[in-house]
Amino acid sequence: MRISVTVDGTTYTDDVEPRLLLVHYLRERLGKTGTVVGCDTSNCGACTVHLDGHSVKSCSVLAVQADGSEITTIEGLARDGQLHPLQEAFHDRHALQCGFCTPGMIMQSLDLLADNPAPDEQAVRHGLEGNLCRCTGYQNIVSAVQDAAQKMSPGAGPEVERVGDEMSGRHQARTPATSSGGE
Amino acid sequence: MTSTVEPEVGRARLRKEDARLITGRTRWTDNITLPGLLHMAILRSPVAHARITNIDTSEARESSGVLAVVTGADLADEQGSLPCAWPITEDMKAPDAPSLAVDTVNFAGEAVAVVVARSSYEAHDALDAIDVDYEDLPVVLDMQEAIADGADLVHPGLGTNSSATWIFDSGEAGSGGNVDEALGQGEVVVERTFRQQRLIPAFMEPRSVVVDPTGEQITMWSATQIPHILRLMLAMTLGLPEHKVRVIAPDVGGGFGGKLQVTPEEVISLLVARKLGRPVKYTESRSESLQSAHHGRDQIQKLTMSARRDGTITGLKVDLLADMGAYLRLVTPGVPILGAFMFNAIYKIPAYRFTCTNVFTNKTPTDAYRGAGRPEATFAIERMMDEVAVELGMEPLELREKNWIKHEEFPFTTVSTLTYDSGNYEAATEKAKELFGYDALRAEQAERRAQGDPVQLGIGISTFTEMCGLAPSRVLGSLSYGAGGWEHAAVRMLPTGKVEVVTGSSPHGQGHETAWSQIVADQLGVPFDDVEVLHGDTQSSHKGLDTYGSRSLTVGAMAVLKAGAKVIEKARTVAAHMMECSPDDLEFAHGKFTVKGTDSSTGIQDVALAVFAAHDLPDGVEPSLDSEATFDPENFSFPHGTHLCAAEVDTETGAVRLRSYVSVDDVGAVVNPLIVEGQVHGGLAQGIAQALFEEAVHDESGTLTTGTLVDYLVPSAADLPSFTTDRTETRSTTNELGVKGVGEAGTIASTPAVVNAIVDAVRHLGVNDIEMPCTPMRVWQAIHGGAR
Ligand code: FES
Ligand code: FES
Repeated sequence: MRISVTVDGTTYTDDVEPRLLLVHYLRERLGKTGTVVGCDTSNCGACTVHLDGHSVKSCSVLAVQADGSEITTIEGLARDGQLHPLQEAFHDRHALQCGFCTPGMIMQSLDLLADNPAPDEQAVRHGLEGNLCRCTGYQNIVSAVQDAAQKMSPGAGPEVERVGDEMSGRHQARTPATSSGGE
Repeated sequence: MTSTVEPEVGRARLRKEDARLITGRTRWTDNITLPGLLHMAILRSPVAHARITNIDTSEARESSGVLAVVTGADLADEQGSLPCAWPITEDMKAPDAPSLAVDTVNFAGEAVAVVVARSSYEAHDALDAIDVDYEDLPVVLDMQEAIADGADLVHPGLGTNSSATWIFDSGEAGSGGNVDEALGQGEVVVERTFRQQRLIPAFMEPRSVVVDPTGEQITMWSATQIPHILRLMLAMTLGLPEHKVRVIAPDVGGGFGGKLQVTPEEVISLLVARKLGRPVKYTESRSESLQSAHHGRDQIQKLTMSARRDGTITGLKVDLLADMGAYLRLVTPGVPILGAFMFNAIYKIPAYRFTCTNVFTNKTPTDAYRGAGRPEATFAIERMMDEVAVELGMEPLELREKNWIKHEEFPFTTVSTLTYDSGNYEAATEKAKELFGYDALRAEQAERRAQGDPVQLGIGISTFTEMCGLAPSRVLGSLSYGAGGWEHAAVRMLPTGKVEVVTGSSPHGQGHETAWSQIVADQLGVPFDDVEVLHGDTQSSHKGLDTYGSRSLTVGAMAVLKAGAKVIEKARTVAAHMMECSPDDLEFAHGKFTVKGTDSSTGIQDVALAVFAAHDLPDGVEPSLDSEATFDPENFSFPHGTHLCAAEVDTETGAVRLRSYVSVDDVGAVVNPLIVEGQVHGGLAQGIAQALFEEAVHDESGTLTTGTLVDYLVPSAADLPSFTTDRTETRSTTNELGVKGVGEAGTIASTPAVVNAIVDAVRHLGVNDIEMPCTPMRVWQAIHGGAR
């Protein structure tokens, strides 16, 4: 079947097998390997991308179902070398270790913040229920999402557009919010 | 050049690694494509024990895009037996472990045949067309039944299901008294049996391997923790010339011991790629991973402890059964043995005997899983301390304090012969109690009990230690392990003053690139961003023993420091020549050689350029500012800490809610507090998951019924609380950095803290144990059925 999709701003037209999963189309046909596969039962969320503005698990969508759609992956989030506030926050809060869950976590967090721009801890935890991380224990992920929420909130004015310097050479030290005495 | 004024070590540097990982510029093994790449899919046994009577591959061979279908019979002559590097006793029974089953299958999930095709979809299509005839054999699943007389056998050729029995006895070792006497004379003797359920490491990145047989060397990319060990083992197992094999571990998405393995999938991919002369990729599905990648834990632990009425512990006897599963993988037999040294934990126990029998069953092989042997031991002893405290009518923290090694008693040689170099259990406990609000919670607990509140409160304690920094090579030798425990590093100063650090320790999420950069930046006095850390490729890092056992910093970074020191010494000679003074007249600090008592100085980065030019070097000095070093630790390190958990148990539903969790860890000096804290968080999550959620369950036919992430309950963010983490800092005295390791601490400490809290909440209802995972059902049954 012939499909036409726009992924991270580029339009592709391809013949695909009807059974081809969107995640495999992204990874194998388009080389969008930033999006990964962590399971075969739609449980881990590692493959999360945005389809027409909403997060989906790209392992449970067929490529043909994405025909005519606009897809954003982790690779399309930074603009002109400027990181998205969520990417920044994940870095700032040490919200990743191996980083395998990170693309999915960030894409899902973005969806979560679109629905609820100022989530409390429980709202973040529930909003990320479908995304598994084996490394971080989630605490820093929760704090990164809340941190990004603050930076992206309408009251934060130009902060919404504030998307930090290119990463290289900006490994400033910071005191972790929870390094002593916890929350 | 810039000199760093504020030391790098100790700073909460944001990680260098993140830039790629948060933007999707990653290099997972499954991302790799090569010209002519073929895809492999594996047909796995649906049954736990059977003879393979026939495999019909004819239809599969005809399937579209299929280049080859390979069975065990095709590889029988070349595949050898998967390596086990830890023969714990001289008479240990070890079965042959083919990568691809030849005539029998011994666990459900064992590889039986493979298809190699143009695409992964086509390879999987053809799997369905392979027809295998199995003749069922009796399935052995229960360890106790497996070692009973007349039991059915997993490997009839071995004549027994018992692989080995390993004993440590303090009376015989001369490190303590006779345990039978101690138990016989005990004023109080408590016996308990605990079950360590079977767990699955469940790293998020499924295992993946790509083999390129074209070119002079065979190159293997693998999602592995151990590229160096893998290369060596491939050479030894398959008879390949070691120098003709290159192994690369690119970005690796977690391991937790689960990727500390030489896997059937790696061996099969290599053999098949070599046969076809084309690159081959294999990436497992999550279901395959849960079923076939090695599992962890799975022990039955019987402990008997004696004490005097005043709370002085007098003896401890430990009898273990450890489930090996169907085969002995890389370090399978040694995992429970690592625990042998940890049952005495932080306590002064005068008499101790440990006996462990390793048992075969028709299940997935077990092997290292975060903590490997030490979580099991810590769980049992910390549960036991609570049980003995109840028996004595003592406050459980008091019993612990009465028996633990006092700060002023270090260094202390334990009953299991390890010498703990340092520790301060008093300080960690004090801090934890304060953060936790221990006394107030105890008061609330008493009140709720008095009121008969349906939701009861329990307080769980875990005052743990662990042995890290694996390991002094001599000790490993004395335990019959097949290799040493050293680590290797190289430090190279480039002509422009930038620095390359090569480490033999292969990270998969731990943040070596950041931490090693901090260490080297301080040592050489160069900017943090001027240091590049190379790892995980046997071509750039030719020597190493990789990452596991919380060894990277204590052993790996020490090798880096040693190599860096050699670079400074080389540079000193050249600097002295440049400044026309004697090397002894030079002081080195913040990247500069300064003539003592003057302000005349030369930066090491300038020396690097002079060395490169080599126009005017002192006689006999090589034009290089490179050095290598190998560090072999003299002792283990012993992180410790006090973890406190408050759990609310709904006595009507059995539901458990973790109300607060406080950890105070003492991991010695800290290079990067951000990374340390992250390791603790992740460790806690995994330990709590064992206590509350995770278990690999097999049905009576030996099928894994928790074969997907729907049934194997890796916790999500919604399942876990926030943790309060803090530290005390008692430097290790066995390494220059004063570090102890942190990778496993959270996992080791947290499981008993949680279970102790749950049992404590409902003990007054007649409960003295609840099997893990403490699901609402189990908790409810424990309450309503009385003691287990
Ligand atoms: S890969 Fe899509 S949810 Fe796991
Ligand atoms: S960072 Fe490793 S799985 Fe989340």
